Amino acid sequence: MWYFVSPQIVFGEGALDALDEIKGQRALIVTDATLVRLGIADRIKAHLDRAGLETRIFDGVEPDPSVETVRRGAALASEFGPDWIVGLGGGSCMDAAKAIWILYEHPEMEPGEINPILPLGLRQKARLITIPTTSGTGAEVTWAIVLTDTAEGRKMGLGNRENAADLAIVDPALVMGLPPRLTADTGLDALTHAVEGYTCAWHTDLTDGLCLQAARLVFRYLPRAVADGSDAEARERLHNAATCAGLGFGNALASLAHAMGHALGAVFHVPHGRAVAIFLPYTIEFAAREAPERFAELESLLGCSPVTGEPGARALAARIRALIRDVGNPLSVAEAGIVRAAYEAQLDKMVDDAFNDTQMVAAVRAPSYDELRRLYVYAYEGREVDF
Amino acid sequence: MAIRFPSDEWIKELKEQLNASEAYERSAKDWEGDFVFVVEPDGAYPHTAYLFLGLLHGKCTEAAVLSSPDERKAEFVISAPFSAWRQVIEGRLDPIQGMMTRKLKLQGNMMKIMRYPKAAKEIVACCARVPTDFGQ
Repeated sequence: MWYFVSPQIVFGEGALDALDEIKGQRALIVTDATLVRLGIADRIKAHLDRAGLETRIFDGVEPDPSVETVRRGAALASEFGPDWIVGLGGGSCMDAAKAIWILYEHPEMEPGEINPILPLGLRQKARLITIPTTSGTGAEVTWAIVLTDTAEGRKMGLGNRENAADLAIVDPALVMGLPPRLTADTGLDALTHAVEGYTCAWHTDLTDGLCLQAARLVFRYLPRAVADGSDAEARERLHNAATCAGLGFGNALASLAHAMGHALGAVFHVPHGRAVAIFLPYTIEFAAREAPERFAELESLLGCSPVTGEPGARALAARIRALIRDVGNPLSVAEAGIVRAAYEAQLDKMVDDAFNDTQMVAAVRAPSYDELRRLYVYAYEGREVDF
Repeated sequence: MAIRFPSDEWIKELKEQLNASEAYERSAKDWEGDFVFVVEPDGAYPHTAYLFLGLLHGKCTEAAVLSSPDERKAEFVISAPFSAWRQVIEGRLDPIQGMMTRKLKLQGNMMKIMRYPKAAKEIVACCARVPTDFGQ
């Protein structure tokens, strides 16, 4: 027994017009200062104005949003009384919006209490719209919430099926002209979702197709979107890929690359997509020795050529490395600019944090502490995994 | 020789397996919290059983069958029918997924458990190492 959760999704050119039809009184837009400065928040506000909604903007969301930020947003929501919360931005903004919504409905709750088995009884005060402005996170369709506990320097994986959005609006107009580095980082995040969603122990028949199609789209369109940010076809297909991957892994789970990337990101503030993509080929090579089947199957489908076993899984890792190199992203932690001494000083903490990351439960080959430590070292040095 | 589940002998063998597991010790080194596992009757098992497992800092401190759930206070109580426990012990039901789908009903702080997924996996691995007779 398992669940498949999805919001209603409006996607493609002109999808933002769906906001004109929203019924309600007040909407709180949860976003960041950059999107306000770029005028994106005002574009959304204009649509909501046409729908007759009064709007307020909370633009205090930072990358890797903290518990404190979410509390501030919830306080504003309580004061304003919206019947819609609109999460606008990348994963940080949309995750913050989900948490702000929950705390608005349940002011007595601590963010750390948001978990998958607690009946939340949401939608008494408001409903949630998510609008991604990058093509990667998939947070517009997932119920996961990642917040940072700033006291412990640790990311917390929270969420409940109830806090999936009511409506996700996936409009490629919002990602036209994104800079190449942001495009590459977020696109590789989508790829990591697709690959880990397809290969993790929690994958299902309902998620496999979504993950496969997402991976195909990223391989085909990410290099084009990085090379030419105004390539409309590439932008739209990549935007769709991120949502497909979100539906896929969001209804399965991610895996080891995410666990390792979360731990790295919490300490060194490497952008999420860049961090998880660095680790992805190494974790595939690690799994290849004992559980290569799903990786080889994915490689067969992507390459239209049957491969099996460990060589097949390693071919997938090589294919991913080629894409990472092609879009100009780092293939190792060292290439990401992290100083070795600083990395080694944090190694024990990262190993501990990765071990206790929720995504670890779905790894098809679970590493021991020593193996996980070696994986971090190999990923730093850019060495192909041979254990 | 296989040990009958649920029984005092079975839970004590699980204690032995946990205390022999370096992986469990490492993954649960900060863990503090005892469990009562409630085995509820179903078509395959007609009784109710309460298994107590004391867990502290990567070690199992105590394991025993209880005569009632009130005999020992535990931070976490997980209840499920016999057949669901069998699925967990045989590795066919991930305990985290089991709790998320409420096939395993948890009383206690889910987020505390979610912070120790590796330890949860290691407990299941130790369960699998107990030669178990499910009585059929």
